[in-house]
Amino acid sequence: MLGKSQKAAHLAEEITDYTVIQGRSLWQDARMRFVRNKAAMASIFILGLIVLFTIIGPYFAVWNNEEIDWNVMGDVRGMGMPSIETGHYFGVDDLGRDLYSRVIQATTTSLLVGLIGAATALIVGTCYGITAGYIGGRTDSAMMRFVDILLAIPATLIIILLLVVAGRSFFMLFIALGAVGWLTMARIVRGQTLTLKNREFIEAARAAGVSEFTIMYRHILPNLLGVVIVYASLLVPEMILTESFISFLGLGISEPYTSLGRLIAEGAGTMAYGTLWQLMFPLTIYVAIIITMFFIGDGLRDALDPKDR
Amino acid sequence: MLAYSLRRLLVAIPTILLLIVACFFLMHFAPGGPFTSERPLPPQVLANIEARYGLDQPLWKQLWDYLYNIVVHFDFGPSFKFKDRDVNDIIAQGFPISLTYGSLSFLVATAVGVSLGIAAAIKHNSWIDYFAVGLGIAAQALPNFIMGPILILTFTLWLGWLPGGGWNGGQWQYLIMPVIALATSYMGSIARITRSSMLEVLNSNFIRTARAKGLPTRTVIWRHALKPTLLPVVSYLGPVFVYVLTGSVFVDIYFSTGGLGQAYVGSALSRDYAVLLGVTILYGALTVVVNLLTDLAYAWFDPKIRY
Repeated sequence: MLGKSQKAAHLAEEITDYTVIQGRSLWQDARMRFVRNKAAMASIFILGLIVLFTIIGPYFAVWNNEEIDWNVMGDVRGMGMPSIETGHYFGVDDLGRDLYSRVIQATTTSLLVGLIGAATALIVGTCYGITAGYIGGRTDSAMMRFVDILLAIPATLIIILLLVVAGRSFFMLFIALGAVGWLTMARIVRGQTLTLKNREFIEAARAAGVSEFTIMYRHILPNLLGVVIVYASLLVPEMILTESFISFLGLGISEPYTSLGRLIAEGAGTMAYGTLWQLMFPLTIYVAIIITMFFIGDGLRDALDPKDR
Repeated sequence: MLAYSLRRLLVAIPTILLLIVACFFLMHFAPGGPFTSERPLPPQVLANIEARYGLDQPLWKQLWDYLYNIVVHFDFGPSFKFKDRDVNDIIAQGFPISLTYGSLSFLVATAVGVSLGIAAAIKHNSWIDYFAVGLGIAAQALPNFIMGPILILTFTLWLGWLPGGGWNGGQWQYLIMPVIALATSYMGSIARITRSSMLEVLNSNFIRTARAKGLPTRTVIWRHALKPTLLPVVSYLGPVFVYVLTGSVFVDIYFSTGGLGQAYVGSALSRDYAVLLGVTILYGALTVVVNLLTDLAYAWFDPKIRY
């Protein structure tokens, strides 16, 4: 029998002290890596400022986005330039509407389109990919052949077709953007599922009597999340780009609502008349959003998927 | 390899047929035809017009005739809007133009992108690297419909060096801006993919071995690192070629180059389904063929892939 020495007590304390060494989870690790990435953090800050601008901006607006300033309308080039006095901080557009309010509205739309489009693609693509990959066999090849055929049709053509055939609307735009975005996502998720489903922990779960659906939902899905999040973050700018392209063609959102692509198109159409501000304000915000999104996506990839640099 | 190519070709053919059928039905059930106008036509006239284009036939017969004409005569039928032109004429007129500046931008994007990426990877963490990465990201944020106005603003309105639009038989002054506008964003993506791929290759064991046995850096890079580096790039180039061709939709509108994109958007807006269908099928078939070529190139490039 050992006596109660101070040393033994100290040792016992050290052994039972679980707080000293705490394991870091994948997510804590990822967060640390992400926070250390200067470009990504700066991008989050700038993107935050843009979001803040869309929220707070309207309170400073003198004109709303539908109102036409009849005083300026006749001479947009001479009187419509950006100025504090007239209340048109960003000038007016070709029809005499306040560009400041329109840019705010357009930025909101473009950000929403990016987020909702990417989210649609994420949900549909993940469900489809997991199902195909997990079931495997004939079902898998049939499901994937279908994706291959859809991928063979150029994405912009599908979107233009859908919007022409089903008519233009906000809802249809999201459907169309989601309809092309989920294909690549489904392929990535399926590939990941294939490598996961034969691993030991899945076998262990099955041996323990866990139902197939629960295995998919509880064991495979969380292991996919890293890859899926990285890809989704890269999808957001892609969605914004595609929507801008569609709006540029005049098939996107309809007036009085507008998006950045539409504003850039309008600005580009009138730049020969010397009203450059109509192009520069939407263009600057647009490029800022896209570049920050790229940096954030890159940062997420470096953080969550460190081997793929 | 030959067996694999044949098998892929066998899959590609039904894919294209399926594409035609899917697009055919999509167009057919679209509301609003090419002959619906503000003032409704008398039913007799409408019946006559429909008979002229074979639209009074049962649907399966229309589809069969359409498929038969494409496969046997390579004929996409008459345009619904232009009475004196058929879809083949429109494609024959626009496609060479789109193909010319499309291929040129593809070459520019690949050459510049790959060189930038390789330079950045070799001089990792130097000012060349930062410059290339910055340029790549900036280029990626500038798709063709953004580059278009910027280029016209700079080179036509401010500097007055280049004509603002037109084709003029493809003279070089008219080609420069469309090619740069189309190439920029893909150049950026290619540069970034090349850079990250090269960095990964340069960190791998066989490169360390090559260096250890005393090979000069130049040989290590050109003889050993280049081929595996280009693998992911090649798989990205296929889609880029398709994007560059379909991306002409914008360039045509902006620079009035008169390519196929103009015909496509025009027909989509005026509901000229025959032209719309023809161009969609052409692009779809091209995509399938390009994907096939990409896969074959990939198989040829990567010795690890066995079929």
